[in-house]
Amino acid sequence: MPNSSYEKLTATFFSIVAGILVGGLVLKIAGLPVGEAYLVMFNSMFSRANYVAHIIVKSTPLILTGLSVAFAFRTGLFNIGAEGQFIIGATTAALAGYFLDLHPLLEIPLVLLLAVFVSALWGGIAGLLKAHFAVHEVISTIMLNWTAFYLQNYLVMLEGFRRPNSEASNSINVSASLTFFENWKYSDAGILWLEKHPLLADFLRAPVNGGIIIALLAAIFCYIILHKTSLGFSLRAVGHNADAAEYGGIKVKQKMTTSMLIAGALAGAAGATHVMGVSRNIAILASMEGYGFDGIAVALIGGSGAWGPILAGLFFGALKYSGSKLQAALEAPSEVIYIMIGVIVFFTAMPKLFGKISDLIKKRRAHAR
Amino acid sequence: MSEVIVELKNITKRFGSFLANDNLSLSIKKGEIHALLGENGAGKSTLMNILYGLVSPTSGEIFLHGKKVEIKNSLQAISLGIGMVHQHFMLIETFTVTENIVLGRETSRYGLLLDLPQAEHAIQKISAEFGPAVNPRAKISEISVGMQQRVEIIKALYHQAEILILDEPTAVLTPLEIEEFGKIIKRLSSLGKTIIIITHKLKEIKALADRCTIICKGKLVDTVEVAQTSEQELAYKMVGRKVEFKFNKTPPSSQKKILSLQNIVALNKRGLPALQNLSIELYTGEILGIAGIDGNGQSELAEILTGLRAIESGKIEKNGEDITNKSPANLFLKKISSIPEDRQKRGLVLDFSVAENMILQTHHLPPFSRLGFLQKDQIEKHALQLIERFDVRPPQADGLTSALSGGNQQKVIIARELSHDPDILIAVQPTRGLDVGAIEYVHRALIALRSQGKAILLISLELDEIINLSDKIAVIFDGKIVANMDALDADEKKIGLLMAGGSLHA
Ligand SMILES: Nc1ncnc2c1ncn2[C@@H]1O[C@H](COP(=O)(O)OP(=O)(O)OP(=O)(O)O)[C@@H](O)[C@H]1O
Ligand SMILES: [Mg+2]
Repeated sequence: MPNSSYEKLTATFFSIVAGILVGGLVLKIAGLPVGEAYLVMFNSMFSRANYVAHIIVKSTPLILTGLSVAFAFRTGLFNIGAEGQFIIGATTAALAGYFLDLHPLLEIPLVLLLAVFVSALWGGIAGLLKAHFAVHEVISTIMLNWTAFYLQNYLVMLEGFRRPNSEASNSINVSASLTFFENWKYSDAGILWLEKHPLLADFLRAPVNGGIIIALLAAIFCYIILHKTSLGFSLRAVGHNADAAEYGGIKVKQKMTTSMLIAGALAGAAGATHVMGVSRNIAILASMEGYGFDGIAVALIGGSGAWGPILAGLFFGALKYSGSKLQAALEAPSEVIYIMIGVIVFFTAMPKLFGKISDLIKKRRAHAR
Repeated sequence: MSEVIVELKNITKRFGSFLANDNLSLSIKKGEIHALLGENGAGKSTLMNILYGLVSPTSGEIFLHGKKVEIKNSLQAISLGIGMVHQHFMLIETFTVTENIVLGRETSRYGLLLDLPQAEHAIQKISAEFGPAVNPRAKISEISVGMQQRVEIIKALYHQAEILILDEPTAVLTPLEIEEFGKIIKRLSSLGKTIIIITHKLKEIKALADRCTIICKGKLVDTVEVAQTSEQELAYKMVGRKVEFKFNKTPPSSQKKILSLQNIVALNKRGLPALQNLSIELYTGEILGIAGIDGNGQSELAEILTGLRAIESGKIEKNGEDITNKSPANLFLKKISSIPEDRQKRGLVLDFSVAENMILQTHHLPPFSRLGFLQKDQIEKHALQLIERFDVRPPQADGLTSALSGGNQQKVIIARELSHDPDILIAVQPTRGLDVGAIEYVHRALIALRSQGKAILLISLELDEIINLSDKIAVIFDGKIVANMDALDADEKKIGLLMAGGSLHA
């Protein structure tokens, strides 16, 4: 039984190795030098402070959407809707960040809270539909994803919000920006100082922002809610055994809604920090950006705990970033990266298999003794 | 008769630091009915799971027909002629009888298409050999528990089992089904099958088994010839002390009506009428036993009293206050507690720790929660107290509940419900799957609660239990109470007749 965390870790490790092997096979088939490709990828993760910074930036929304999916999962709900909740969070942040112009100390929390609040409600809709009309959350969240998608495209084009002659919105005010030292790093003093500190300069060249701190705080928040509060107790009880929870006087329907509210808030925070820290505005979407869907993979790899999604999100972010480098260096298709990620998810979704393998190894070892 | 067919030698099984089987040796003769007896958590299921390949032993050897074998999984066990019917059935509810039976060993045509007709035919032939036939096309969810068990047995025979292991086969059966079951077992034994049966019911061991092996805390105590051993002796060997089967109760003191159900009409989960104009009155300081054959509305009765099922019409009052169709949480606050019928589905969150299960209803209340935060120390202290008081084994608050033996899971529920100090306790099959020592304990606890002036509604399929414990007995048939009597006037035959829908004046 892959029950203990040790066995889970072994299983995850094996699936990552399997993903890398199959990825290598794909590279081989594509006629690319496997060793060199992996070297490029490795270098493009760790060889420069700037790369590390980029990876952190890329990972931030993935950690948050991963936490969102993982959280709902603890209550027995499959939140396919992280994508839509991300969009709603991003749109709300873009609107609030543009129209509000307050002191940053006031504006940043306000914009963030607004975005989180609205996306929580968005997630809550699916919870309510499930609780009161028995609409399966997978179906309702998929519909809500498309609703959010078209809602954003509609709002972007509204006069007053749209940046003239473009397919994007106006940028948020600097007072709503989460990017570290944004003004300072381009000021004369900043440039002068950074010239003397090349490592930091390299690091800050990426849009490093407060999002990662928010993501880490969110993980702590999830951990505390799930394991330290009576609310978390009831959410987990519903997730493990809704019949027993009902018998125990826990309001199962209400807890499902609560769980989706929180999941929505987490994915919304991903959208908000993305706008406030990286993109500054929102644009017409031709297709889903996939931050929410990637969150499903992150939650699957990381497990439904609170810490797993941080590691899995960083790992995922690193793969995505180095994948884009692969393209430049070897003219390799970055799709290889996606195939690799797919394989890893595929294998982690089969923990039983790897549980068995680690069992086998243990037995061998016992025999050898 | 004397050839040894199975020999287990020095079997030891550790779960972490816990010794579930401690150097156990056991030999089973061909064609015998061999009973395994032991307290809850003694390691009976574990030992049999080892023989069936589900659990691998830490050390020890297994011999079949004198040859050493290593049984790595249940498929291998099956091909060696070993079949097992588990404590909790392993059937797929949405599949038919035939589909369940052939599962894992489907015979196919052209190696592709399932050959169900052929299987159906074989199943009919096997089932016709003993007792009422099973319809091979019925869905599992549509047949009674007794039938489901027969399906499990047929499944083993279909796969050509020579050795049949039955883990607490009668725990879920009605008295009539048990009688039927006994006949099947005798018949199988006369056909030369070897049967190993785990049971807590001493009566059954006396009636069925040739020999009985007693296990205590993972260790072998003795193997005895059943014919030469009394029930009292068996119980003594098992728990190491004298066990009381009957209790003397003082007559109830102050009696006040505390609960009344008036003309209750309720539907079952399929939407068919389950309770039809049922009326009951419950008084403080008494145990009211509801006797009846399974499926006559007992489950629904328990559910409407715990807020899990709404009634169509009628009225439920506690101390004159209307509590009709209140939520489970609300009824809990009104000090109505219950021991649910299905401990794994309703009673416990198996993936929670024992400590967490102990606060299922009270997790949000002080002292377990303050300002919404769980108080770990208090929760653990509370659990350890209950674990000690109710002798839950192993005595660990943070272990997963799913790792407890069936009987110990039941103890967790009983400990929790009694800890709520209820005014009214709805006890549904409270001793299902418990060993005689534990049954004695639960019965004492129920009687103590009654002596404190609390009211208990005891719903049980065990007529012995009802007659032993109750002050008054009501017989339920087809969703109605068909007779009320004082327990002193009760006799088993009379109740049995009423339970089957007969009348006393015929
Ligand atoms: N997978 C497991 N992990 C840890 N402990 C286990 C596991 N399975 C069983 N145990 C422990 O081993 C002991 C023996 O369990 P087992 O199920 O064999 O008892 P049993 O004799 O069948 O009891 P019962 O009559 O209550 O069914 C119990 O204390 C149980 O908690
Ligand atoms: Mg058992």
